[in-house]
Amino acid sequence: MRDAYEAVIGIECHVELKTHSKMFCGCANEFGGEPNTKVCPVCLALPGALPVPNAQAIELMVKAGLAFDAEIPAFSKFDRKNYFYPDMPKNYQISQFDMPLTQGGVVHYWLSDGTKKSCRLTRIHLEEDTGKSTHAGSGDGRIAGSSYSLVDFNRAGVPLMECVGEPDIRSAEEAVGYLEALKRTFVELGVSDVKMEEGSLRCDANVSVRKRGATEYGTKAEIKNMNSFRSVHDAIESEIDRQIAVLEGGGRVIQETRGWDEAAGVTHSMRSKEQAHDYRYFPEPDLVPLELDRALIERIRASMPPVPFERFERYTEQFGISVKQTTQLVDNPPLAGYFDRVVAICNAPGAALNFVLGDLSRLANESGTPVAEGKVTPAALAELIALTEAKTINSKIAKDVLVRLWSDGGSAKAIVESEGLAQVSDPGAIAQFVDDVLAANGDSVAQFKAGKENVLKFLVGQVMKASRGKANPELVEALLREKIAAR
Amino acid sequence: MATERIDVRGVARLARLALSDEEVERYGAQLEDLLKHVDDLKQLDTSDVAATAQVIESRNVTRPDVITPCLAHEVVMAGAPQAQHGFFRVPKIIAEAE
Amino acid sequence: MDPVRASAREIARAVNAREVSALEIAETMIPHAAAVDEHLGAYLTFTPDLMREHARRVDARVAAGETLPLAGVPAAIKDNMCLLGTRTTCASKILEQWIAPYTATAVGRLLAAGALPIGKTNMDEFAMGSSGENSALGKTKNPYDLDRVPGGSSAGSAAAVGGFAATISTGSDTGGSIREPAAFCNVVGFKPTYGRVSRYGLIAFASSLDQIGPFGRTVEDAALTYDAMGGHDPMDATSVDRAFETTADHLREDLRGVRVGIVKEFATSDLAPDVAAAYEAAYNDLVKLGAELVEVELPTAKYGLSTYYLIAPAECSSNLARFDGVRYGLRVDGADVGEMYEKTRAAGFGPEVKRRILIGTYALSSGYYDAYYVKAQKARTRIAADFRRAFEKCDVIASPAASAPAFTFNAKSDPYSMYLMDYYTIPVSLAGLPSLSVPCGSATPEGGARPMPLGLQLASPLFTERALLGYAHAYERATQHAAKVAPVQVVTS
Ligand SMILES: [Mg+2]
Ligand SMILES: [Zn+2]
Repeated sequence: MRDAYEAVIGIECHVELKTHSKMFCGCANEFGGEPNTKVCPVCLALPGALPVPNAQAIELMVKAGLAFDAEIPAFSKFDRKNYFYPDMPKNYQISQFDMPLTQGGVVHYWLSDGTKKSCRLTRIHLEEDTGKSTHAGSGDGRIAGSSYSLVDFNRAGVPLMECVGEPDIRSAEEAVGYLEALKRTFVELGVSDVKMEEGSLRCDANVSVRKRGATEYGTKAEIKNMNSFRSVHDAIESEIDRQIAVLEGGGRVIQETRGWDEAAGVTHSMRSKEQAHDYRYFPEPDLVPLELDRALIERIRASMPPVPFERFERYTEQFGISVKQTTQLVDNPPLAGYFDRVVAICNAPGAALNFVLGDLSRLANESGTPVAEGKVTPAALAELIALTEAKTINSKIAKDVLVRLWSDGGSAKAIVESEGLAQVSDPGAIAQFVDDVLAANGDSVAQFKAGKENVLKFLVGQVMKASRGKANPELVEALLREKIAAR
Repeated sequence: MATERIDVRGVARLARLALSDEEVERYGAQLEDLLKHVDDLKQLDTSDVAATAQVIESRNVTRPDVITPCLAHEVVMAGAPQAQHGFFRVPKIIAEAE
Repeated sequence: MDPVRASAREIARAVNAREVSALEIAETMIPHAAAVDEHLGAYLTFTPDLMREHARRVDARVAAGETLPLAGVPAAIKDNMCLLGTRTTCASKILEQWIAPYTATAVGRLLAAGALPIGKTNMDEFAMGSSGENSALGKTKNPYDLDRVPGGSSAGSAAAVGGFAATISTGSDTGGSIREPAAFCNVVGFKPTYGRVSRYGLIAFASSLDQIGPFGRTVEDAALTYDAMGGHDPMDATSVDRAFETTADHLREDLRGVRVGIVKEFATSDLAPDVAAAYEAAYNDLVKLGAELVEVELPTAKYGLSTYYLIAPAECSSNLARFDGVRYGLRVDGADVGEMYEKTRAAGFGPEVKRRILIGTYALSSGYYDAYYVKAQKARTRIAADFRRAFEKCDVIASPAASAPAFTFNAKSDPYSMYLMDYYTIPVSLAGLPSLSVPCGSATPEGGARPMPLGLQLASPLFTERALLGYAHAYERATQHAAKVAPVQVVTS
């Protein structure tokens, strides 16, 4: 029955920007701390204090916009959003109403099966965070039943960007994929550390359902209080089920705000005193407009690393790497960067991937030193890969060399040469070993001649042993067949 | 527009002002009187005129992202009508946050 | 030198020359101001200890060889400007006990220049008013007739200087709050170009209009005070970052070659006969000084009041939202936080403040925003354009500072009649222009016992403070009007 319906989901995220100081004052932008110790006349809204915008916050906004191909309008301004709330010091929030710093754009993301998806952005605008209220006198810290609240303004004035997405999302899984893409991108660009548990990313989901094929949107409910990607997923799932059940039961969905109850696994109506809000937006008269220099914007664009989705496409489509391994790499930007540098030199993504996610990552985990910070330079690994590809050493030796590189650094070639680990491919040199082995293993030879093919493996092993692993295995086998046949 | 009756209580609710019935009457009348006066603006042609939010033409006024000292906690709490454990204490909150 | 009568220029010269110490100035001024203020009520708070502390600091700096432009000059500060450790109330119950934990930029600069903080002055609550009567904390009287208002909103700052209870003072002007009381109290009041003096630490009324300026008994004193307070401040994003022109050392003695604009729409025929006569005489005096009078038109000036009474309340309705009983100031408890807000603000704000908050909230509310707020912003554009056009024909515009001399207490019961007092000053404020009021004679109001001072308003193009103060200085020197009216006995004795 669920297949008869389609969900329509739009997500709004508030993301705290990673700056040193707050949006409009010099107080430290840090999580936590003793209550009301990171405040000044400006962020406490003392009489007479005035805001001055943080230049870095504006630059991070531009980065965020460019990462999703948003337009950075020539003119932008701040506005006041007026409403009373105890943890909002001025009782208005400095935000952006009709002329945000970024317009439009699109977020490309992928699902665990590799399906590529995209969600359009309406806008990203810059605003300031509020303080925090703790609801006390009720035990469970919830608003309902609390008899008073305690307010801490340390977070008040922290730069906040609001990303408003179009209703292009169709499932809980897509919603999570979209959020992961935002997170990866903001982390990669240093725009935010995106820690949902610290509240540096907070999101609401507008969910509605409609019969498949319908063109009209259904009535939406806004879901709040989701504090992990998991809960975003579960909340949307349960809300979709709830709405379908309502409709199937002949009822109608009402437009409302619903809170996600993690424990109960359901959303519940948050009928806050519904005095329809009238925010009375108007241009912030304490600030002047922004007309960002185009050259600055281009400088920012040029300084930006590839966004995760670019890597995703390059790895899966050009390198043919699996979605799982690609995601592993992309979620570890330093490792992905290291991988990119190795491939740039040796142009052997497959081999590079096996080393980077295999032996190298193992060594890294054992030692606790991240791959990118270890002694194995991308150049050294590329060289090692080249040596194996050229059959100068075989894979067994390669592993040993890698261990040497990890502990001592240096060049793979140098180690191979100084240790004389190069593979022996000179028939003359190998023939001696072969003759000795054949002489010492008469019965095995007999068995082989009697048709026991697999005995040959054993003989090859003996020759390799005798050559201390350096003999070229293919050559060894060929010579064995030749000489046995000649007997 | 200025002649229509004004929902003074509604406006006062937005402004978070408790008004007595007498005040609602008085301010309502005065507000309507003022709106009659400002109605003369209707005679002023402002088509193809940009709105002035600021008379000065400055742009892009920002500050560098540098941390400056905060106020001492005692100073912050000095004026607090009610405080507890270093927090500002307020009566119970009914409406939900935005 | 009599520290009470002396000009700021004279006091600073004497202190810098070490003929008298700043501390001696303070010790003379403190008791005198207190005594006079028994009758004037210009001050809400006296700061004698702070004044002595600063006096000692000034004496030490002078002894160390420094020369300070305002060395030892007693300065009164309007009570909407923060002064560290001092009660700062905006003459409102909601801030009655609030101690500022920081100092406003302009005040800090004034004190750094050697001025001595004598106290904080009374005002219309949150600077909303034109008579001083809207103060919730005290009644300030006009030093030229104690039955009359000093004007407002900078009531105490004008009365203190006019009544010799301070040498200079700071005011703030949003629609005329420096110029109108200056006219009423026979002093010079100067509103610089919007953005010239930092607003950081000035408790906001209407952010896009508020501007700090000085009061002095002479143009030169006002200029010295402005020079000390003005200039760019990184703490105020609307403070203008352009070369600051000092003024006090560039004052002129004549008006040769100056084109003075007389506004066609401001016909003196609208004024009482003797008031009109005084202004006609003033315009003629300008001509005697070499100025050429030219008629200019400000066809949109008549929309100033309507424009102002939408924009200023809209901004104030938002600026005053922070007074909510949560972090500082008055709180009246309630069952829940919403009720606490409503009771606190109902008890903390006076009628005029409530009125403007209601007007502004209404003008910004959905459905009315475009019809009122945006319309007013567009009208503001046209008013500013009219001034620009007028200044193509003249260098400075002369007009009355107020439509009448100081009136008696409770004379203006209906709000709109009070708003009309600022008819001439408001359009200038909307355009952000530098403007001042300089004494220009007197007129005896009907039923009045004595002649009351009048003020001539001069307004010039943006950022032409130096020229403007120069014109006023030339006029002041030639006419000496301030000396022709005497304050009441209690002040002179
Ligand atoms: Mg927001
Ligand atoms: Zn701060």
